[in-house]
Amino acid sequence: MKNPLFGRQGLSDRALAWLFVGPTIVLLLAFNIFPLLWTIYLSLTNYRANRPNADTLWVGISNYQRVLNDPAIWENMQATAHFLVSSIALQLLLGFGLALLLNRRFRSHSFWSTAILLPMMLAPAVVGTFWKYFFEPQYGIFNYIVNFFGGPGTFTMLGDTQLSPWAIVLVDTWMWTPYVMLLLLAGLRSIPPYLYEAAEIDRASAWTKFWRITLPMVMPFIILALLFRTIENFKMFDLVDQLTNGGPGSVTELASIHLKREAFEKWRTGYASALAIIMFVSIYGLSLVAVRFLEKVKQR
Amino acid sequence: MKTIPNSPLEPSARSKWFAGIAVISYAIVSLIPLVWIFMTSFRTPQDAIAYPPKVVTEQSLIGYVNLFTTRSRVSAEELAALPPATTWYEGLVREQQMILAGPSRFVDRYTNSLLIGFGSTLLSVVLGTLAAYAFSRFRVPGKDDLLFFILSTRMMPPIAIAIPIYLMFRNVGLNDTHVGLILLYTVVNLSLSVWLLKGFMDEIPREYEEAAMVDGYTRWQAFLKVVLPQAATGIATTAIFCLIFAWNEYAFALLLTSGTAQTSPPFIPTIIGEGGLDWPAMAAGTTLFLLPVLLFTVLLRKHLLRGVTFGAIRK
Repeated sequence: MKNPLFGRQGLSDRALAWLFVGPTIVLLLAFNIFPLLWTIYLSLTNYRANRPNADTLWVGISNYQRVLNDPAIWENMQATAHFLVSSIALQLLLGFGLALLLNRRFRSHSFWSTAILLPMMLAPAVVGTFWKYFFEPQYGIFNYIVNFFGGPGTFTMLGDTQLSPWAIVLVDTWMWTPYVMLLLLAGLRSIPPYLYEAAEIDRASAWTKFWRITLPMVMPFIILALLFRTIENFKMFDLVDQLTNGGPGSVTELASIHLKREAFEKWRTGYASALAIIMFVSIYGLSLVAVRFLEKVKQR
Repeated sequence: MKTIPNSPLEPSARSKWFAGIAVISYAIVSLIPLVWIFMTSFRTPQDAIAYPPKVVTEQSLIGYVNLFTTRSRVSAEELAALPPATTWYEGLVREQQMILAGPSRFVDRYTNSLLIGFGSTLLSVVLGTLAAYAFSRFRVPGKDDLLFFILSTRMMPPIAIAIPIYLMFRNVGLNDTHVGLILLYTVVNLSLSVWLLKGFMDEIPREYEEAAMVDGYTRWQAFLKVVLPQAATGIATTAIFCLIFAWNEYAFALLLTSGTAQTSPPFIPTIIGEGGLDWPAMAAGTTLFLLPVLLFTVLLRKHLLRGVTFGAIRK
């Protein structure tokens, strides 16, 4: 019997390749691409998921127009931008500082780096839950420590419109500084020592070495950390949903929280789908760039 | 970076000393929240809301008892009329002016987390291993585009695809089922699993399988008996990453489950609500939920970087 798929060695490599890759591709199509197409379709209708039997009307791009003309969206975008810029700036500063210090390889440095990494592996929703306890105005340990160092007495991190945007920045920074540190430490360790040896021969100052060797060589890793943190925090849902649930009012209502409220509380499925597509397109654009940098960093 | 002692590249003893102090201070401050939650889980509700906060307190298992039970409040006379408590935990419940009403749902939710975590991890590691091997060894048409497509699915905001997934699950009856969440988490983890495992497979020399095939193994046998044992570390690493993701996932679990298949992350916040602010019970639930992840993180420490960069950075 001659079967083109069976060689002397069992299944041909070609057939095996498809057999091995096939299930993965099928599942990803079913659970990612199909839902995406469905979201695009929904975004062009006035469908409401809580009224499945009502007539669904084709409304063209009017959902997109409503999203883009909605003043609430621009407030959410401002909240998101404040959160993104502040949390990522803090994480880069702290993470880079820690990476530079850890790279001095003092005794027990690997033990302490593992200890520092712990928060980033935890469930963001549960992290949000227990930080609520620390932020309790009457007895929270966070409030106690701030007041111990001369804080203002009574303040409510999560209930104050001025403070709660900073509460989410603080907790996100606590959780994700280790991630930036881990990436940048890898960057520092990838710098070939001969560059510093050469600079040493030229009697370059520590300052010059930092600006002319360390920073340019670590730059791809910094950009990679920046991109990944931006993508992750743009999608941010779990932590903020638990910590503030967008409140007070809507001062911490990030794009994802707004999307959840529209889709699963107000059940404006068509409108929410348009917002989802807009978010997806922005994030997808960022991830294209991120993967480029991942490839670039991989060469090292 | 390899440096020899006394070379100009070796940081001076003083600068090392300073670096050590700074890093250790950061580590200690950043670990306070975790230590504090652990300590709170062994406190009484009164001590948990004491101000100023107490570091040394009476140790109590009330938090754990409240986590695992439901209770109802009774009047002092009713309490006095009851026969004496038969177990230590019943005694602790009575001390709070309450009687035992039954077990809480914590064990169910924890079991759901375990079932869904291990189920989805098994599936995504098996499928991921096969796909990663194919991408590593075979000529797959459009390989780079396919790999990019696979990675890009990881970047999708879960909330954005939750709407159609919710409708899809509602139509086929998968809402609030274990199978539904297992399938969904399997798919979300596939991207990580394929990319990580491809990195590990690329490191196994092709000559091993080729030698086995010259000896008469089929490709499949060579894959099973030569490649898989070599990839064991990689497979274990990948499995732990998938498990942690599924264990921690919140958005889909919140929107797609409500009872039967609910996992721990959407459940733990609800502990606080039951009968006032029961912080020790919340802390006990959090402690039991976080401990396995902390242990796995320590196990994974050498591979963390690789995991969070999808296998791109190896050192």
